[in-house]
Amino acid sequence: MALKLTVENVDAGYRAVRALHGVSLDIVQGETVALLGTNGNGKSTLMKCIMGMVRPTGGAVTLELDGQRHDLTRLSTEEIVNLGVSMVPEGRRLFPKLTVEENLLLGAFRALARGEITKNLAYSYEMFPALKERRRQLAGSMSGGQQQMLAIARALMSAPKLLLVDEPSVGLAPILVSHTITAIKELKQRYGLTVLMAEQNFHQAVRIADRGYIIVHGEIVFDGRSVAALEQNDLVKSYYLGT
Amino acid sequence: MRRLASPFGIGAAATVVLAGVLALGGANEYFFFAGYVVLQFVVLATAWNILGGYAGYVNFGTAAFFGIGAYTSVLLFKSLGAPLLVQMAAAAVVTGLLGFGTGLLTLRLRGIFYSIATVAVIFIAETLMINWRYVGGATGLQLLRPAPMLPFETYTRMLFFIMAVVAVLAVAIARYIEISWIGRGLRALRDTEEAAECSGVPTLRLKLLACTISGALMGVAGAPLPMYLSFLEPASSFSLNYSVVALAGAIIGGTAHWLGPVLGAILLASMQQIVTVTISSEMNVLVVGVMLVVFVVAAPDGILGLIRKLRRPRAAAGKP
Repeated sequence: MALKLTVENVDAGYRAVRALHGVSLDIVQGETVALLGTNGNGKSTLMKCIMGMVRPTGGAVTLELDGQRHDLTRLSTEEIVNLGVSMVPEGRRLFPKLTVEENLLLGAFRALARGEITKNLAYSYEMFPALKERRRQLAGSMSGGQQQMLAIARALMSAPKLLLVDEPSVGLAPILVSHTITAIKELKQRYGLTVLMAEQNFHQAVRIADRGYIIVHGEIVFDGRSVAALEQNDLVKSYYLGT
Repeated sequence: MRRLASPFGIGAAATVVLAGVLALGGANEYFFFAGYVVLQFVVLATAWNILGGYAGYVNFGTAAFFGIGAYTSVLLFKSLGAPLLVQMAAAAVVTGLLGFGTGLLTLRLRGIFYSIATVAVIFIAETLMINWRYVGGATGLQLLRPAPMLPFETYTRMLFFIMAVVAVLAVAIARYIEISWIGRGLRALRDTEEAAECSGVPTLRLKLLACTISGALMGVAGAPLPMYLSFLEPASSFSLNYSVVALAGAIIGGTAHWLGPVLGAILLASMQQIVTVTISSEMNVLVVGVMLVVFVVAAPDGILGLIRKLRRPRAAAGKP
């Protein structure tokens, strides 16, 4: 297995507030894993732990890559990006006062990606033609759906092996949520990406996920080994769907 | 070599040659006395803009770097009799290190908190110098200028030429940063620091780099001050005026482009010099304040933004 991300027993928080309690999960190459949970349950914190933006107070985050093990809790964010992990942050977090193209170029900031910048830029424009038309436009002046596309395209500019997507549906109209999720699926198929997607929208997420975890109050309450297991579980219904 | 032949390279070379010709020519001595100050503010505003404009970290500590640069010169001159160029090089090293150090301590603060921390640096530096007898303490120190280097007739003319060279170098460095990947990274972290990190921009390292370069350039601008005045004392060397004019010059000119701080500083510092001579030396502070208010209200993107707006009003309005 060329790529495996393992999160083991991770505790993390913000000073007095503890957001994660002994969270464990794993993702192997080629999988699309959904991390499901409503607001405030620790999805973003977990994503940030993987990216090295929040330091866990306990536990381990390891990335196995071509036989080598990397302890992500000891690496800086830019080193993690260099390993081939890329994140689409929640609420998109574009560079609103830079143009679409500049946003994309910044996605290829890491040294490895800088060499392939023209190729990756062409891919991005092929995947999202609307971005090409608007490449001189300021990112902040685009619609929410287009901004989400740009955020995804920007993450792809670093030619990642593992893509983390934090709540792609936030602030989007239902039809755009559907488009975005479909785009992630297409990208995955095309580039052989491994995807970890945090999402509140259960039905959209399970549409493209191979399997999923449910996180409640900073703990993984259910580890669904298949989408069917997620959909049929009573616990899921009571915890998550409210039925 | 092709790079040197670019329009920017030619412009830079022409500026240095022009400054040299002026300094060797017959203009009135006062021209150089005032011109030196204007050029000094070009360096300060350009240096300020590297961190303040590109990265969006508003630094009020310009006076600290400027003053420490000046005091480095005094120390070297008094203890070793070091020549001016050595003083300037040493000032660059000292204030570069100071920039790195203050950056390490303060750059984790954002927005207004960062700005307040930089003001503190001025007071710390000033207090240190007031209590250091060797460099003159609170009363200051008189200095005897050595003879000017040939071919310059007077020391002021020589300083004018040197400051012109420093200004051109500072602008060249700022321009390089602006158009290279460093500038792209700084603009990204100005917009959204978190997203910049997600994209693999080494945000802290870039900020430290900007802080170091910016500090070193401010120090170089201050290094010739003791020789320019033949005198140095703490209150005027660490004057907040340096911080304010550096910042105002960059904002008035426009922070997005290297040309902005140059235009802003020339306009602002020349106005100050003219007002000092024609009206009064107290009025020049008012000039800075009034111009800053006028620009913030009427042209928030500075002179460059104003020019851009006037040049293509229709294109801007027609944008979807």
